[in-house]
Amino acid sequence: MDTTELSALIEPKEPKKLSIISFSGDFDKLVATFTLATGAAATGYEVNIFFTFWGLDAIKEKKGRAFVGKGFLGKIFGFLMGGLHSAPVSRLNFCGISPGIFRYLMRKKNVATLEELVEAAKALEVNMYACEMAMHILGLQKSDFIHEVKDVLGVATFLDISEGGRTLFI
Amino acid sequence: MSTVKLDITKEHCPMTFVKTKIALSKLQSGDILEVLLVEGEPLQNVPKSSREQGYKVLEVSHVEGLVHKVLIEK
Repeated sequence: MDTTELSALIEPKEPKKLSIISFSGDFDKLVATFTLATGAAATGYEVNIFFTFWGLDAIKEKKGRAFVGKGFLGKIFGFLMGGLHSAPVSRLNFCGISPGIFRYLMRKKNVATLEELVEAAKALEVNMYACEMAMHILGLQKSDFIHEVKDVLGVATFLDISEGGRTLFI
Repeated sequence: MSTVKLDITKEHCPMTFVKTKIALSKLQSGDILEVLLVEGEPLQNVPKSSREQGYKVLEVSHVEGLVHKVLIEK
């Protein structure tokens, strides 16, 4: 046994864990989030996604524009922000036309669409969490989200969950 | 013991891994998954990640052109 093999036995390996803070509700950034999450989960990683602020749009039960949330301003924001189907792209959105073009191109080129990636994340049991503080601002409740959302968390719990792995902010 | 076939030659990242993982999760212990995949990322990483997750890669063989066959035992 050479020194490399010996050191591999002695040194503990970094746990295969990926935690993503999904801040952006943009279509392209959500594609990046769910591509990384599903790819990692399928290759044996424990994956946690912490949805906060605009990112919460991705996990709303109502996928289009709906008056989701509490209070007058909450409902207006809920409608304007929309859900997964109304996510804009971060550049060249062209008044909301671009996400439809991207979905068409993704289907045509046999690349998983955002909706397919979200379904894959559910099937692979990716751990999805919602940010308590952002939900409070927007008047959202856990029941406004898809049932795969495991829990509502604060920063301290997310840091505990993500400890020892890699963390990305998207 | 049964053999299940999976063709991911037309899939792209991450669905190559996703479809393999989901197919493996549906198998019983001892069943075999026969995966058709192409050279590059899928050929390099589907057998590797399967091994890392404790599955047994029985065979990696060339089929034709860019297509390869990987046999994975659960």
